[in-house]
Amino acid sequence: MRVPNFVWHHRPHLPNPHLLGVVMGRAGRIAGFPLLSYAALSCAQEPHARYNLQQPVTGIAEQINDMHTLMLVICLFIFVGVFGVMFWAVFKHRKSKGAVAAHFHENTAVEIAWTVIPILILLGMAWPATKTVIEMKDTSNPDITVKATGYQWKWGYDYLQGEGEGIRFLSALSTPRTQIEGGAPKGDAYLLEVDNPLVVPVGKKIRVLLTANDVIHSWWVPAFGVKQDAIPGFIRDTWFRADKEGIYRGNCAELCGRDHGFMPVVVHVLSAEKYAAWVAEQKVKAAAFDAPDPAAPDRTQAPGVQVATAGKG
Amino acid sequence: MSHATATHSADHYFVPEPSKYPIFGSIALLLFGSGAALWLNKVPAGKWMFFLGVAILVYMLFGWFGQVVRESEGGKYGHRVDKSFRWSMGWFIFSEVMFFAAFFGALFYARVLSVPWLSSGDNATLLWQGFTGAWPTAGPYAADPFTPMGAWGIPAINTLILLTSGATLTWAHYGLLKGNRGQLKLGLFVTVLLGAIFLSLQVYEYMHAYADLNLRLDSGIYGSTFFLLTGFHGMHVTVGAIMLTVMLFRASAGHFRPDSHFGFEAAAWYWHFVDVVWLMLFVVVYWL
Amino acid sequence: MAAVTPDQLHGHHGPTGLMRWLTTTNHKDIGTMYMIFSFIMFLSGGVLALTIRAELFQPGLQVVQPEFFNQLTTMHGLIMVFGAIMPAFVGFANWMIPLMIGASDMAFARMNNWSFWLLPPAAILLIGSFFVPGGATAAGWTLYAPLSVQMGMGMDLAIFAIHIMGISSIMGAINIVVTVLNMRAPGMTLMKMPLFCWTWLITAYLLIAVMPVLAGAVTMILTDRHFGTSFFNAAGGGDPVMYQHIFWFFGHPEVYIMILPAFGIVSQIIPTFARKPLFGYASMVYATASIAILSFAVWAHHMFATGMPAAGQLFFMYATMLIAVPTGVKVFNWVATMWRGSLTFETPMLWATGFIFVFTMGGFTGLICAIAPIDIQVQDTYYVVAHFHYVLVAGSLFALFAGAYYWLPKWTGHMPNESLGKLHFWCSMVFFNITFFPMHFLGLAGMPRRIPDYALQFADFNALASVGAFGFGLSQLIFIVVVVKCIRGGERAAARSWESAEGLEWTVPSPAPHHTFEEAPVVR
Ligand code: HEA
Ligand code: HEA
Ligand code: CUA
Ligand SMILES: [Cu+2]
Repeated sequence: MRVPNFVWHHRPHLPNPHLLGVVMGRAGRIAGFPLLSYAALSCAQEPHARYNLQQPVTGIAEQINDMHTLMLVICLFIFVGVFGVMFWAVFKHRKSKGAVAAHFHENTAVEIAWTVIPILILLGMAWPATKTVIEMKDTSNPDITVKATGYQWKWGYDYLQGEGEGIRFLSALSTPRTQIEGGAPKGDAYLLEVDNPLVVPVGKKIRVLLTANDVIHSWWVPAFGVKQDAIPGFIRDTWFRADKEGIYRGNCAELCGRDHGFMPVVVHVLSAEKYAAWVAEQKVKAAAFDAPDPAAPDRTQAPGVQVATAGKG
Repeated sequence: MSHATATHSADHYFVPEPSKYPIFGSIALLLFGSGAALWLNKVPAGKWMFFLGVAILVYMLFGWFGQVVRESEGGKYGHRVDKSFRWSMGWFIFSEVMFFAAFFGALFYARVLSVPWLSSGDNATLLWQGFTGAWPTAGPYAADPFTPMGAWGIPAINTLILLTSGATLTWAHYGLLKGNRGQLKLGLFVTVLLGAIFLSLQVYEYMHAYADLNLRLDSGIYGSTFFLLTGFHGMHVTVGAIMLTVMLFRASAGHFRPDSHFGFEAAAWYWHFVDVVWLMLFVVVYWL
Repeated sequence: MAAVTPDQLHGHHGPTGLMRWLTTTNHKDIGTMYMIFSFIMFLSGGVLALTIRAELFQPGLQVVQPEFFNQLTTMHGLIMVFGAIMPAFVGFANWMIPLMIGASDMAFARMNNWSFWLLPPAAILLIGSFFVPGGATAAGWTLYAPLSVQMGMGMDLAIFAIHIMGISSIMGAINIVVTVLNMRAPGMTLMKMPLFCWTWLITAYLLIAVMPVLAGAVTMILTDRHFGTSFFNAAGGGDPVMYQHIFWFFGHPEVYIMILPAFGIVSQIIPTFARKPLFGYASMVYATASIAILSFAVWAHHMFATGMPAAGQLFFMYATMLIAVPTGVKVFNWVATMWRGSLTFETPMLWATGFIFVFTMGGFTGLICAIAPIDIQVQDTYYVVAHFHYVLVAGSLFALFAGAYYWLPKWTGHMPNESLGKLHFWCSMVFFNITFFPMHFLGLAGMPRRIPDYALQFADFNALASVGAFGFGLSQLIFIVVVVKCIRGGERAAARSWESAEGLEWTVPSPAPHHTFEEAPVVR
């Protein structure tokens, strides 16, 4: 899904002996994209976003993208307006151009206007946001419920309800250490790949229950518009309904210690048939190996233990 | 300019000469902080650094406040300095209020929000089966049951003691205002005595909690909020009692005049503040 | 309070050398020490930032290990916030408030000294924590539990450092409140006061209200770590998120503590170089107060992803958005002050104008963060990092530079070198944007913050940001040159160093003599 925009393999391994060359090369690539296309938002539709939010694949993410665009445009307008005035003054009302200072220092009408108009603009912004908040919070009637547990530093998934109920496994970074340390070329999904991704069917409402075992983590898939902290000892929930099959990648989004940067979230969205096949396969596996229990003893169950062990000293 | 003071003495603002005390205070807190950190992490030297810090701090406080008292009694502070002291004491007490607010906030949050959350919805079905969330609680993993502290024993007596001490302090103040120094000293003495009794009872209560009720600092959120709120309050009572004791000594040494005794008033304000905190504690920690 | 007592009068018999600085009760000495200290802290925090940027120059781990990276991020944040920006503003307050209101000194001169001298011990604890077993705390400057409960001894040192800095801030704030309320010269009514004094008065109230709350929060971490309490442990009935509520109840007002004095500085400078009175003085005061009051009701906008109930999200979203209104009033007032003025762009004015321009961008991204659904996407990404560096670096820091250039003549008696000052400004402005503008893109595209390594599609912008950061860092060396030159010589500054500067500080000679306003001036 998210492929790098340039071919990394053609470059020598890190650390790069041709630092200057790299810088120049990158500078060239960046300059190739006029910065203002950020505002133009043309790239909102690109699959691997560079300037904007990632391509949405859920209704919520779509709404978020639209809202962001709207906000950006409004802010841009105000920005241009305010600084148009300021730069006009900067260039025209200069002493060197013979400008003589006026002496006004208040004007009630203007001051009321620039208090009231922003309030109205804010109301316009708040309206769609309110609707989306309410929709995001509605986790009722899911087709499938999965519990995701954050561990330092991996995710545990536990299918609680719906097709696939009973499946449980751990999901950890699969990028080899050598790639990270520069001993091998970096793969396309560098740091965004796991051994066992979460697998869900397309078009179904998936409710995700989040908790954690040690410290706070956060389960985030940008394409779904979902980010929910996983709090030890508490269950929080969120939901998504992916409209498109594919592989979607995200990260842990709450500082959780040493390997916080190495704790990706990967979700495979499959068609109904493929999903059913996957579920069947998992059941067979589980029967064969008598399901290893990933969510081993819950460390939060013992007060003080979660805090007293790992990472000390 | 150097003659200015003579003509303007009624209206001057006292600006002190350079002082060595602040830097002692800083060294003290450096030793205090680093010593405490080392001590907590089982480095033996930490303890001694910590106590050395405390000792220097005590020296600094004595020296500094002693100098202020001398300056004040020497008539160097005009009414304007007095006003500054009033403002500053008021805002200092406000900052203390906010410090307690953090802990009261924690208690409120636990009782009204987090404990009910833990005992309902998915938290109850998936994580903490069987947790009812009835306050007081040591939390869903209550391995070690305890008995909460009742309100109507020692705490109620302590409430009466503190309220009485507020009254005796006001009585002492009236004495000062009327120029009745006997009443001032007696009132102060009784107030300090009541404070000491309060603290003794508090210590007794803690021993009772540990020995008989199995109520400890690690008794979950109840133990945490109970001991930190009452503990910090107790520390403030101690500080207030020390302040009042100093005032008692000063009164005995003939300090304070009916129209100028801010030191006394500051201590009194502090005492009343500690009193009010106790009342809130009594209601939300012990009673409700 | 027309005169000071002989104790300090031309007190040339006082201690000399190092002892002079250790024992001084002079607000100018103390102000200077605050500023030197904060600049050293800025350089230290900057070196940490550059190490971060060096690591992030390319994907992969090259410079530091992940755990140490987290320590760098944490200490960078803590040092910049508590060591650089806050003390710098207190230094300005110390130097300028007595001069602006016609007071002979701060209300509590000895306590003032202590407020300052508490900072070096705190800095020693913080920086020293790098060298203890386990290193510095790596839980982020927000010190979220339970991660902070896991940390080693560095965390305890950080906690005590915060306690000490808190004591320092509270004493400093009380001093400022009392000075402003009780030491003004005859005729200097509150509504005649320079705006800088107003913004600091309100900031001081914020400090008094929230620093104790932070002290409480870290104390609870301390007891959770060592004494078995369960404030932030669900098993014992506590809640990790409770820490975040307490922290941000402090934390959000804290960010306004770092910007309101900046607003004050800019409000002094713009009228001077527009040669026109500040537009909407009264509404500036009310806007400052509104921002301060609102700041107590918005804290959970840092916590949208914790999973609050919808009603909570909506409340905090609306309240946060409202802050745009008074802040907007300020921006509009500044622009209106410039409008039809007779503008010149000496270095202070350049910085002030640059401030308005770039700070407003940071304000807009803040507003975008405030929209709860959008924040779900950008929370804990580089978008937020971009937002807060726009308001903190291009906001607070730029305003500090503006103020420094503006008042350097008063402090040193010499005009700062215009060409170097302008070079400093333009280099900073350009490199600042090269460093932090791309971070918006990174964040939107999905790069989390506080990570030592990242996916390949983020490589280009990170490289760019790193180059910018080194450029920005180097540009700051120009400032050192300007200040040193300015202290040693240069064009003599008149009492009124800028053509149409208004205010009592410009009625005393430059450099301001050790003692000023021993005889209170009378303000018409
Ligand atoms: C100086 C410091 C400073 C300032 C002034 C601000 C100002 C604002 N901040 Fe910022 N903020 C920080 C420092 C600051 N912030 C820091 C340090 C963090 C991160 C902490 C961490 O996690 O480590 C943060 C994070 C942060 C978040 C959390 C993001 C996240 O973690 O997900 C949010 C969310 O609401 C936010 C919002 C705002 C808003 C709405 C303002 C407003 O005050 C801005 C108002 C200004 C304007 C809007 C521009 C001018 C107005 C006009 C021209 C009027 C017209 C405009 C309209 C009507 C649109 N900030
Ligand atoms: C308060 C003010 C403040 C200031 C001024 C800065 C200044 C800078 N900040 Fe910082 N920053 C924060 C506050 C601040 N920051 C906070 C609160 C965080 C969050 C921490 C957290 O997540 O917990 C943060 C986080 C943060 C991050 C994210 C880290 C992460 O998430 O892992 C980054 C990354 O680029 C960054 C970069 C920079 C840079 C490049 C500067 C530059 O402006 C610095 C420029 C200064 C110098 C470089 C020093 C001066 C020059 C010299 C010493 C000479 C030598 C120079 C050379 C040889 C070039 N900052
Ligand atoms: Cu898990 Cu960050
Ligand atoms: Cu905020």
